Amino acid sequence: MNKLQFDAAGRLRHFLTIEGLGRDLLVRIMDTAQSFTSVSAQQVKKVPLLRGKTIVNLFFENSTRTRTTFELAAKRLSADVLNLNIATSATAKGESLLDTIRNLEAMHVDMFVVRHAESGAAHFIAQHVAPHISVINGGDGRHAHPTQAMLDMFTIRRHKGDFSPLKVAIVGDILHSRVARSEIWALNTLGVAEVRGVGPRTLIPAEAESLGIKVFHDLDEGLADVDVVIMLRLQRERMSGAFLPSEHEYFARFGLTPERLAHAKPDAIVMHPGPINRGVEIDSRVADGPNSVILQQVTFGIAVRMAILSMAMRSGGGPTEEELQ
Amino acid sequence: MTEPNWDTGALLDALEDGVRAEMAQRGMRDPAMVGIHSGGAWVAEVLHRRLGLREPLGTLNISFYRDDFSQIGIHPQVKPSRLPFRVEGRDIILVDDVLYTGRTIRAALNEIFDYGRPAQVMLGVLLDRDGRQIPVQADCCGARVQLLPGQRIKLSGPEPLAVSIQSV
Repeated sequence: MNKLQFDAAGRLRHFLTIEGLGRDLLVRIMDTAQSFTSVSAQQVKKVPLLRGKTIVNLFFENSTRTRTTFELAAKRLSADVLNLNIATSATAKGESLLDTIRNLEAMHVDMFVVRHAESGAAHFIAQHVAPHISVINGGDGRHAHPTQAMLDMFTIRRHKGDFSPLKVAIVGDILHSRVARSEIWALNTLGVAEVRGVGPRTLIPAEAESLGIKVFHDLDEGLADVDVVIMLRLQRERMSGAFLPSEHEYFARFGLTPERLAHAKPDAIVMHPGPINRGVEIDSRVADGPNSVILQQVTFGIAVRMAILSMAMRSGGGPTEEELQ
Repeated sequence: MTEPNWDTGALLDALEDGVRAEMAQRGMRDPAMVGIHSGGAWVAEVLHRRLGLREPLGTLNISFYRDDFSQIGIHPQVKPSRLPFRVEGRDIILVDDVLYTGRTIRAALNEIFDYGRPAQVMLGVLLDRDGRQIPVQADCCGARVQLLPGQRIKLSGPEPLAVSIQSV
């Protein structure tokens, strides 16, 4: 599965999951993103890197924030962007996914950014696209959201520098969270001191510790002395199932308030992949407070997605990294 | 094989003299200076200090403007471009270490114009070597040099700044 992400010469071709990627590549993505941050300071907020390329945002599942940041990232790289609304497309009329892909290929597109409710959808498309096309996973089912994880890593690096001494708490619905899964891979690959998973027993996967996290079911204990708090969005549909009794009770036990945040280090940063549920997983005083970097995550998301799009788009049979050195 | 070092101090002196003369001729009173990462930025730091310019030095990372992206991809540069002054309507002195094919300067000009439209741009380089591929010329340089096939110029720095010719 992981080999699928690289071409025969070992260059990044698709970006589907953090799993199996090396530390050097993750650092390289963050370094490249750092360079892209200067683009927003220009009068013309564009660079010509992907001029003439066509990127299709293939979103089978709604996500305004992820789609718009991918669109803006592609446009700032001077690519042409097509947003395909699947709900009104031919797939709704019975056309198969592969027929849709084949038709788009016939329009000479260069890249698909795929968001899908089914785990493995981006891998499936990557296995079937023409050789010159790259596929970026914009979130698939409960499996992975690797670009969100990378923008979170970039945000952490901007604030904390070195990963190695950090204690990071991921709080909330880890069981259903593709963001958490990708973040755990990334944090462990980057060598943080400790990754904690904090949440009710019903929302922490049974095999959690084998993923490389330390599990806590008490928020105060889980936040003790951490440098980074990553809050996860609680999907309200979980309330109607057997996972949780009520929003009120969840907030009482796992909602991040200023009093609870006081257990973390004073300079701890608070992150959230958005959109936030105020009063469900996070108190407004924290979401809008001095420790919050939630809006910075959105800003950095553009630079990180620019880095990933440009690294995966590279084609033309040029030399590999090793040959260039 | 590496040839003996050039006299880098003499090259910098000649470039400084050339820049001063060109500034006087063009009537540049308060120019801003931009160095191209990384060798050009090293040379620009020296020149900027010697000329005592008012504005802080700007630096350009032209990776995203190169015309060979599809062949070589991008090299991550930890230092992004930084132009800490308003480009619109300004006189700019653009500095690089070596002018060779002209493609780097083309990319740098494209990037500068994405920050704003300068009044004029002067190009100063430490060494102007043969091998131009597009019509770009320096306004002033430390020295002009013709190299044999297989030779290239190597700049090391920033402190000390040293130029040598390597045979590859």
